[in-house]
Amino acid sequence: MSRNTRRLFLKTAARWTAAIGAGSLMPAVLTGCIEQVAKVGGALGASTGLITQQNADSLVKTTQAVSRTFEDITPEQEYYIGRSIGAVILGKYPPYNDSAANQYVNRLGQTLSRFSDMPDTFAGYHFLIQDTPEINALAAPGGLIFVTRGILGCCPHETSVAAVLAHEIGHVQAKHGLRAIQKSRITDALLIIGAEGAKTLGGQNLANLTQLFEGTITDITQTMINSGYSRSYEFEADQSAIKIMRRVGYNPEGLVDMLQTMKSKLVANRPDFASTHPNPVDRIAEIETTLGSSTPVKEAKERQARFQAALKTA
Amino acid sequence: MAQNQKMSVQVQDGKLRADPSFLGKILGSVAYGESVTFIKQQDPWVYVSAKGGQLSGWIHNSALSEKEIVLRSGSADVAKTASQKEVALAGKGFNADVEKEFKTRNPKLNFEWVDRMEKFVVSDEEIRRFIKEGTLSPQGGAS
Repeated sequence: MSRNTRRLFLKTAARWTAAIGAGSLMPAVLTGCIEQVAKVGGALGASTGLITQQNADSLVKTTQAVSRTFEDITPEQEYYIGRSIGAVILGKYPPYNDSAANQYVNRLGQTLSRFSDMPDTFAGYHFLIQDTPEINALAAPGGLIFVTRGILGCCPHETSVAAVLAHEIGHVQAKHGLRAIQKSRITDALLIIGAEGAKTLGGQNLANLTQLFEGTITDITQTMINSGYSRSYEFEADQSAIKIMRRVGYNPEGLVDMLQTMKSKLVANRPDFASTHPNPVDRIAEIETTLGSSTPVKEAKERQARFQAALKTA
Repeated sequence: MAQNQKMSVQVQDGKLRADPSFLGKILGSVAYGESVTFIKQQDPWVYVSAKGGQLSGWIHNSALSEKEIVLRSGSADVAKTASQKEVALAGKGFNADVEKEFKTRNPKLNFEWVDRMEKFVVSDEEIRRFIKEGTLSPQGGAS
């Protein structure tokens, strides 16, 4: 199977899996108009005495008030989605338990995040190195960012590490993870949340919400880990990385330096990054168009010293 | 944004600062759901007053929502505010209870390290030192 065919297959498979999952939860109402469903829910609840008329009214109103895109996911809910995505990512590769190395990527990453377009997330940005030679970096919604020892090995200097972290911050600020959630799932979740506002609908809400939550986590991890974001999201994250690096004072050519090394290291038997990202050559071409004529990275000796000290074993 | 418009803090621990910069001195904290009043802006920073005018300072606009955040749902507040277009219910939807249920269903997932990660917090002071020691010159200055 060619890479493109494989990606298409994975995406289709994910969509089907997700559709089946959602179908078992709310069979008849999924494709209905949200306001209609809310009215039915309100009327049922009131007539069976489960909720008061006043709460039923509030349920209808709340549901009407919400629209159904990823933008309606509050930062607080994005935070909980991100924590579970993080737990899944940690199941893929174990953490690299070296406090000096992790402290360094957090100092660097949290500095960069403060110069991003979304410096404040619900619970902030946090970074962790994962113990694998595989070349990869992943960002969970809300700002939990993971980089492997493999990708750090593609970084000749601090400026390139900054590029990797800034690229992932770019995915977080553009909410690329949340954009992978099926719209129907968001609609369903908001319906339940609206109902929950009326408070007395009972414990079934938690079970239904948890099932939707599981589906949400699957939507995101299927895209992020298995099939990869679209080329346009990757290029967008590269552009964000360039902006953030410039704001902090790093030469954005550090991104190119990292990609050059990566290009030479990507091998057939470790396909993860290669199958989920555009070819480094294409990314470099796109980046060079933005940068125009620029000067190569000449890393300051202070930065090179701390980079080597912190990551010498990573 | 109109003067005196109310906004809500949408992050766990918002900081009001003396200058429109992350390296500006922290004057005080505002909590999730707390209402603040818009006074002026210097994009992307917003100058607000909080706690009935007792505290004011600069905060990044990513920490604020124009939606009213209702902390106690199921109360009269919801019936009152649900008809307004812009309302978010705090603590509702995907929350700690859902995460707990999700963990029970997926016991092998590694939340221990997620919790440890969240404790990797770098202070303003450390960031200033990191910038200075790395001889970096951020746009807009480092102090």
